[in-house]
Amino acid sequence: METKGYLDMDLLRFTTAGSVDDGKSTLIGRLMYDTKSIFEDQLEAIERSSEKRGDETVNLALLTDGLKAEREQGITIDVAYRYFATPKRKFIIADTPGHIQYTRNMVTGASTANLAIILIDARNGIIEQTSRHTYIASMLGIKHIVVCVNKMDLVDFSEEVFTNIKTKYQAFSSTLNLPDIQYIPISALKGDNVVDASKNMDWYKGKTLLQTLETVQIVSDFNFEDARFPVQRVIRPQSAQYPDFRGFAGRVEGGVFRPGDSITVLPSGLTTKISKIYNADVELEEAYSPMSVCITLENNIDISRGDMLVKSDNLPKVDQEIELMVCWMNDKKMNPTGKYLLRHTTNEAKCVVKNIAYKMNINTLEKIVDNFEVEKNDIVKITLKSAKPLFYDAYKKNRGTGSVILVDEFSNETVGAGMIV
Amino acid sequence: MSYNLNHLKQLESEAIFIFREAVEQFENPVILFSGGKDSITLVHLAYKAFFPAKIPFPLLHIDTGHNFPETLVFRDELAKLYNVKLDIGYVQDSIDRGTAVEEKGLNPSRNTLQSITLLEKLEEGKYDAAFGGGRRDEEKARAKERFFSHRDEFGQWDPKNQRPELWNLFNGKKAPGESFRVFPISNWTEMDVWQYIKKENIALPSIYFAHDRSIVNRGGVLLAESPYNTLLPGEKYEQMHIRYRTLGCMTITGAIFSDANDLDKVIEEVAAARSTERGNRADDKRSEAAMEDRKKQGYF
Repeated sequence: METKGYLDMDLLRFTTAGSVDDGKSTLIGRLMYDTKSIFEDQLEAIERSSEKRGDETVNLALLTDGLKAEREQGITIDVAYRYFATPKRKFIIADTPGHIQYTRNMVTGASTANLAIILIDARNGIIEQTSRHTYIASMLGIKHIVVCVNKMDLVDFSEEVFTNIKTKYQAFSSTLNLPDIQYIPISALKGDNVVDASKNMDWYKGKTLLQTLETVQIVSDFNFEDARFPVQRVIRPQSAQYPDFRGFAGRVEGGVFRPGDSITVLPSGLTTKISKIYNADVELEEAYSPMSVCITLENNIDISRGDMLVKSDNLPKVDQEIELMVCWMNDKKMNPTGKYLLRHTTNEAKCVVKNIAYKMNINTLEKIVDNFEVEKNDIVKITLKSAKPLFYDAYKKNRGTGSVILVDEFSNETVGAGMIV
Repeated sequence: MSYNLNHLKQLESEAIFIFREAVEQFENPVILFSGGKDSITLVHLAYKAFFPAKIPFPLLHIDTGHNFPETLVFRDELAKLYNVKLDIGYVQDSIDRGTAVEEKGLNPSRNTLQSITLLEKLEEGKYDAAFGGGRRDEEKARAKERFFSHRDEFGQWDPKNQRPELWNLFNGKKAPGESFRVFPISNWTEMDVWQYIKKENIALPSIYFAHDRSIVNRGGVLLAESPYNTLLPGEKYEQMHIRYRTLGCMTITGAIFSDANDLDKVIEEVAAARSTERGNRADDKRSEAAMEDRKKQGYF
C-alpha cells in the first residue's frame, strides 16, 4: 500500500459536455466503474432502481441523477459533482446536464474546471451542440479540451470517420482560443479507449481517455506571473500571546509572494514589504495560487476586506467601468439599465448596466445586435459601471481577478456570471 | 521551479477560504458538531483558517441522548483544547416541550427528530449560518449541494432552486429569517478526510479503531449494546471485534468487522472497501430519497 503516493496526488477538475444521447452518463459510469470507484451497495441500489423503472439494462445515469424529481422524470436538473481517484491523480467531475438550461449549467461547471471533455457521436459528427459546448469551454478559459468521438462501435471502428470528424473540428475550433485539444476515438458502452486500450482500433496509437486525464500538464494553468492577493479578512487576535499581531488572510489569486517582496495596497496605493507568510502556525517561504495564507506586513497600513495586495512592479488595471461577457442565469430577464450588486474577488460594489454591445448566438457564433432582450442562458457582451474602482485583470489572463457574479438586490439571487474582457 | 499544490493542500486551501468567506458574509455562524471525524476535521480547519486568533464561532452539538459515551467525552475535551464555546441542543428537551414526538415501536430512532431540535437551536441562538461536514461523495442528494446552501425561513432546502456557484465567488445574501448551511469540505472524499487526518495528526474518538464490543447482528447491521436498544425475540448480544466508519446514534449506526487498530490500517481498509461509508446507516436505507427528504426538512 503506497500511502505516500496517496498523500501527494495531483488534483484535476474536469467537466463533461454532451447529452445523454451522446453517451455522457455511460462514459462517466464507465470511468468510475473501470477505476473501481463505484461501490457494491451503489451498484445494487441502481440495479434495484433500474428494475423498478423497467429499464432493460442497468441504467448508469441513475448513479448521476441524485434528486427524486430527476429520477422520476429521467432528466438531470443541476450540476452534480463526482469524485474518483487513481494512484496518479484525484479527479473532480462537474457533471452538467444536456437537456435543459444547458448554458447556465455548463458555465457553472466549467468555471472551476481545468479540462473539458467534449463528446461527439461518431454517427452524427459535429453538430450545433458541439459548437455550443466548445464556445463555452473557450469563453470560460478552459485550457485543455479532450474531444471524445464516441460510439465508434456503431461505425465499425472506422479510422476514416474519426479522421473526418477530427479535421472538421480542427477547422472550426481554430478561431477559438484553445491551446490544447486532443482527440480520442472511444466506445463508452464497450469500454474501448476509456480506461483500457481498444482492441478494435489498432490504427489509434494515442492515449486512452484515462491516461490522458492522468497525464495532462496542468501545473502551468495557474497564473504565476501577476501577483494578486485579495484581502479576505483581517486577523487580529488581540490576545495576551499575540497582542500586536495584524495579519491579512486571503487566497493567492496569481503570481508568487515571498517575505521581503515590495507590495502595493489597492486602492490606497500605499507601499510596504511583506514581513511573513503563514499557513496557520507554519511560516512559508513563498505563497502561490491557489494557497490560502495569512500575510503580515512591515508597516502598519490601514487595510480591510476587499483591498488587494499586489507586487509593486506589476499592477492590475484599476477602473470603474468594465467590459465583460456575461452569461445570464436567472428566470427574470436582465434589466438593460438595471442596478445590480457585483461580487469581484473579495470586493462587493453596486453597479449599473451601461451598455449592451451584442448578444451571442452560441450555435452559429454570430453576434446579434438587433435584439437586446437578455434571457436566461443568453450570453451577452456588456459594459458595467461600478460604484467604486475595481482592481482586475482580463479573465483570459487570470480567472481569479477577471471573474464577477451579479446579484439581484431584491431577490438576492445570483443572476449573472461575468468574465472581464 | 514547480509551483504545484497537491490535492490535500488544494482541498485544505478551499476549506479555509470557505470558512473565512462565511465569517465575513454572515453575522453569527456556528459549526454543527456531530462528534464524527468530518466535524472534527472541520474544527481543525477552522483553527487553521483563523490562527493565531481563536475560532470566532461556537460549536453546536445536537444531542439525541443516544450517543456513544466515547463521543461525548471526546467532544468536551476538543472544545477545551481549541478554547471554543460549546452549545448543546437536547432532543429530549424538544420531546419534553412537545415539539418533537418520539418514534413508536421497540427501537425508536431519534435521527429525524434531530432536525427539529437543530432548527429550534439555530433560531434560539440567532445563528444565520451553520457549517456542516457534509461531503458531496457521501450520498446522491448531497452531490448537488452547494458550498453556501440557502435555507428558507423554515430551514428548508429547495434542491431545484439553488443558486449557481461559480469560481470562488460565493453569494451569502439573504432576507431576514433565512439562513445558510455552509459545507467547507464539499469536495473531499472519505479517503481525503482520512489522509488529511493522518497528515495533520488529528486525534479521533477511539471507536473509529478496532475494539471489542457487545453487538447484535440485526439484519446485517451490527448494532452496539446500549440502553436504547431492545433485543428482538431470538436476538442476543455477542462480543465482536469491530470499528465504526461513521458515527451517529447508537440505535442506527452499524459497525463493521475490522482489525484496523491504527490510522494506516484504517486507510488501507478504506482504500479496499467495496461498499460506501453510509452503507451501514439504517437511516439512509429507509427509502431511496431518505437523505433528500431529510435535507429538505432541515437536516444537516
